[in-house]
Amino acid sequence: MAEKRLRTGSDFTWRDMEVGNIVTEAGNAGLRRTGDWRSRRPITDKEKCNKCGLCWLYCPDAAVKLSEDGYYETDLFYCKGCGICAKVCPRAAITMVEEEEK
Amino acid sequence: MSRRIGLEASFAAAEAARMADVDVIAAYPITPQTHVPERLAEMVADGELNAAYVPVESEHSAMSVCLGAAAVGARTFTATAGPGLEYMHNVLYVAPSMRLPVVMVVVNRALSAPLSIWGDHSDAMAVRDTGWIQVFCQNNQEAFDMTLWAFRVAEDPKVLFPVMVHFDGFHLSHVTEPVILPEQEEVDRFLPRFHYPFALDPDKPMTHGAFGAPDIYSEAKIAQEVAFRKSKKVIIKGLAEFADIFGRHYHPVEPYRTEGAKTLLLTMGSFSETAKIAIDRKKKRGESVGLINLRLWRPFPFQELRRELKKAETIIVFDRCSAFGGPGGAGCSEIRSALYGESEKPRVVSFIGGLGGRDMSVEDFEYVVDRGREIAAVGSEELFATGGIRGEVTAIRG
Ligand code: SF4
Ligand code: SF4
Repeated sequence: MAEKRLRTGSDFTWRDMEVGNIVTEAGNAGLRRTGDWRSRRPITDKEKCNKCGLCWLYCPDAAVKLSEDGYYETDLFYCKGCGICAKVCPRAAITMVEEEEK
Repeated sequence: MSRRIGLEASFAAAEAARMADVDVIAAYPITPQTHVPERLAEMVADGELNAAYVPVESEHSAMSVCLGAAAVGARTFTATAGPGLEYMHNVLYVAPSMRLPVVMVVVNRALSAPLSIWGDHSDAMAVRDTGWIQVFCQNNQEAFDMTLWAFRVAEDPKVLFPVMVHFDGFHLSHVTEPVILPEQEEVDRFLPRFHYPFALDPDKPMTHGAFGAPDIYSEAKIAQEVAFRKSKKVIIKGLAEFADIFGRHYHPVEPYRTEGAKTLLLTMGSFSETAKIAIDRKKKRGESVGLINLRLWRPFPFQELRRELKKAETIIVFDRCSAFGGPGGAGCSEIRSALYGESEKPRVVSFIGGLGGRDMSVEDFEYVVDRGREIAAVGSEELFATGGIRGEVTAIRG
C-alpha cells in the first residue's frame, strides 16, 4: 500500500523537496518500509505460543500485530529483523531464520 | 528624530536587536563578543526589551535553542566569537538546511593556538560553507545597520536563511564611535513583524528536521544550494530598501576610488577603512590604485566582483586568516576562482596578515600594494605573501 505514496521515486527531483525538508503530512512514518534492510526474519511457532504479548510489547518497530485469533503476527513491511521478539519470548516460540532460507 | 550617540559596535548590534524587538536571545559569553549578550541581558532585565533571554551553558546549546525558537516563529538572535563559533559548528549547518532565519552577530576572533582573544577572520572563513548568509562590517554604524538588515533579509519568505553579521573583535567591538540610531517607527517600517510560514503548531502538525536517507539527501542539498543562490536578489533588494529609509547605501561589493585603477586592493571588515587611507595617499602621489570592500561573503557575489575586478591589471587580496597548505588566503582563493573563466583576467596576489589582533597601519597597506605590484610584475607562481609581519614572507610557492 504505502510505498506508492512515499515520494522518493525516480520522478521525484530536488524541485519537489519541501522548503526546509519539512514533512507536511503528519504521521507518515508508516509509509516508510523499514523491513527492506532485514537479513533475518522471525518465524513464530503457534504450538509453543501462549499469547503473552511480550513480542508485541518489545518490538521496537511496532511490527508485531495482534490477530483476531489472539496470536501475534509479524508485519514484514516494518520488521527489521532485530531479533528482540525471539529473545524476549518466554516460550522460545520465535526463531530467527536467515532471509535467504525463508 | 534619529539620535547620534557614542557606541561600541557590540552595543550598536545589541541596540539593533532591541529595535528589531527580538523574541528570543540564547547566547553564551565569550570575548570579544561579551558586551553583546551582556547588554541584551540588561535590556531584558530592565524591561526595555520584552524577550526571553536564555543563558545557555555553551555555544552548541545557544545555536540549538535558536533553532527551536525560530522553528516556532520567534524572531531569534544570538552572538558569538572565534572558538564559540567553532564550538557550534555542527549545529550551524542545521539552521540553513531547515530554513530557520536566525540572526547571529560574530565578533571575529582568532583561533587557538597560541591562545588569542583578539581579532582576525579565521572563525568566519571556517564556517563559509555552512550555508549562512554572511556580511562584514567596516565600522560601528554598519554593525547596527547590518544587524537590522539581517532580520529583514533572513525572514523574507523568499529567503528564510540565517544571517551572520561579522565585525572585528576589539577593532570594532570595543571601540566607541558615533552611531546614528533611527526612530523606532522607521525600524518598524523597514522590518515588518516576523511571520514564519512553517511555524510548528500543534493544530497543524508537521515534522521539522526529519532524517534524510541516501535516496533523498542529495536532492535536499541541491534544493538548498539553489534557494541559497537565489537569495542574493533579496539581499540586494533589502540593501536598497535600507537606503530608502535610512539613507545609507550598502552593496555586496563596494568600490572605493576604483575609476580606471590598474591595481585594486581588496579587503574585508574594519581594515577596509585603514586601507582606504593608504589608497588616498597613493592617489595623491598619482598612483593608479583603488580599493574594493567586500561586504557580502556568502552567497559569494561572483557577478558583482567580476564586473568590478576584470578591468584591472592586478588584484591584491588581503586576508586576515591562514589557510594552511592551501592556495593562500580564503578570500583570495575565491576571487581567483571567480576570475578564472575570464579570457582576459588580472593577476591576483594573495596577502595574509592582521592575524590574532595584529594591527595593520596605513603604511603597512602601502607596503602591501607596492609589494603586490612587484609580485604581479614578475608573474611568478607565488601563492601568497605576508603584510605587517616581522620577517615578511615574500613568496610562498605551491
Ligand atoms: S525481529 Fe525485531 S523488528 Fe522484527 S518483529 Fe521481532 S522485534 Fe520486531
Ligand atoms: S512472546 Fe512468544 S509466547 Fe508471547 S505472544 Fe509472543 S510469540 Fe507468543
